[in-house]
Amino acid sequence: MSLWNKHAIFEKNSIILTIGILVVVAIGGLVEIAPLFYLRSTIEKVEGVRPYTPLELAGRAIYVREGCYNCHSQMIRPLRDEVERYGHYSLAAESMYDKPFQWGSKRTGPDLARVGGKYSDAWHVAHLANPRSIVPQSIMPGYAFLAQAEIRPEQVAGHLRTNSLGGVPYTTDQISNALVDLRAQVNPDSPGVQALQARYPGATVRAFGGNPTAAATGTVTEMDALVAYLQVLGTMVDFRTYDARANIR
Amino acid sequence: MAVQPEIDHATGRTTTGHEWDGIKELNSPLPKWWLYIFYATIVWSVGYWIVYPSWPLVTNYTKGVFGYASRQDVTRELDALKALRAERAGALARTPLEDIAKDPTLLTFALAQGKAAFGDNCAPCHGLSATGSPSFPNLRDDTWLWGGGIADIHQTIAFGIRNADDRSRQGPMPGLGGPNGALKPDEVITVANFVRALSGLPTRQGYDPAKGKELFANNCAACHGDEGRGNREMGAPNLTSRNFLYGSDEKTIIETINLGRGGVMPGWAGRLDETTVKSLAVYVHALGGGQ
Repeated sequence: MSLWNKHAIFEKNSIILTIGILVVVAIGGLVEIAPLFYLRSTIEKVEGVRPYTPLELAGRAIYVREGCYNCHSQMIRPLRDEVERYGHYSLAAESMYDKPFQWGSKRTGPDLARVGGKYSDAWHVAHLANPRSIVPQSIMPGYAFLAQAEIRPEQVAGHLRTNSLGGVPYTTDQISNALVDLRAQVNPDSPGVQALQARYPGATVRAFGGNPTAAATGTVTEMDALVAYLQVLGTMVDFRTYDARANIR
Repeated sequence: MAVQPEIDHATGRTTTGHEWDGIKELNSPLPKWWLYIFYATIVWSVGYWIVYPSWPLVTNYTKGVFGYASRQDVTRELDALKALRAERAGALARTPLEDIAKDPTLLTFALAQGKAAFGDNCAPCHGLSATGSPSFPNLRDDTWLWGGGIADIHQTIAFGIRNADDRSRQGPMPGLGGPNGALKPDEVITVANFVRALSGLPTRQGYDPAKGKELFANNCAACHGDEGRGNREMGAPNLTSRNFLYGSDEKTIIETINLGRGGVMPGWAGRLDETTVKSLAVYVHALGGGQ
């Protein structure tokens, strides 16, 4: 019984109790979290995943700002019915440049992990502006203001820089050309398109927000950015070449 | 150091030594049933470590004797699903599109699979009942931009419309207005009224039908035909049918002429498997408008 009596030290001294709690929680963290960073089997290299373009990254920031993750997950779990409905289950590598990840934990709306390319840009624009104009039974709020809100040009490069501090491998070239790339991605006639696609392989270029006239003059709206982000979700990995069976672990 | 615990006289148990306004707390032991369940969970966890993946090691982790892995599990379940469907999916893959309707069993299977896939993939644009909405076509009526035969429908579903895929249906309507456009603002209004007249809709006062006919012949007839009956090769709609995808009021028609239109539909051949695309074609064709 003498060991149990020693417990009184923790009960009577709040500082010792706090230190004790920290030690115990740290053990849990070391055992459960730390191995994920070094175990070969939990780090899967997947071809095709690249950092977001400045436009997609701006769209992602709007996604986070508007709290889309409160109702939409971006995580197709390895369960039969989910794969049947949404497509190939999500790979960890697909959110490696998401700081923080947008896996979410609740589906009031559908999962968005592979929404990229599933609908047309025009559908996204109309649906974001007024979801019920297209899906009468929807309970999603409208975001019509996105089409009027311009992306603030002075924030674009800083946004990339902040992400690079968090571990996203943006090069100085990508950061210094962020604004040029942002504008080029909504304007197929822009001379910067080639450079953009060299910096971000596979990036698609069009007036995502459905206003090519404004896009041609360098005006990029939050609608452009959010639709560009939604259209790239889940499209970076080519699942025709990805060997799922080789990566069973 | 050791302080003798105080004994509560009424129960004979020790107290915790804490006191609030003269009220003391008994140091009662945990109920036995609770304690034994707690010990049982500890024993259970040891069994869990043995059968399931659990402990991290230096380069790997303990896999457990069951050899469970969620990815392997889902792969196996999907394989089982494929095997379950194999017979009919195989028959569906082998049967030419036009002949599916002749086999009632196959038709039932295709319609069921098509309906499920439609709800997941097509309903967001075309509506759950496939009746569409402005700028997203109604699939239950007789109007088909790219053809309503089952082969046409299959082609549209598989490769989509005006997307990045070369096999998709191409042919946007260019904008004819604006400062560099082919038509001046008053001419756009005249053509818009001509188009409304084609469907028997009322025209505005002072509209000149002869001028409208001439402008239409010079600017629109190449795609929409001399009589405005459209051309499915280019997805040019029939303008005499009163069925307007974007709206038939004068304002919307003027907007269409000024800015052009180019609705996009994704292709599904890469996203859905071959039999699902086939089933979708059968389902959409059977909705009521199939030709």
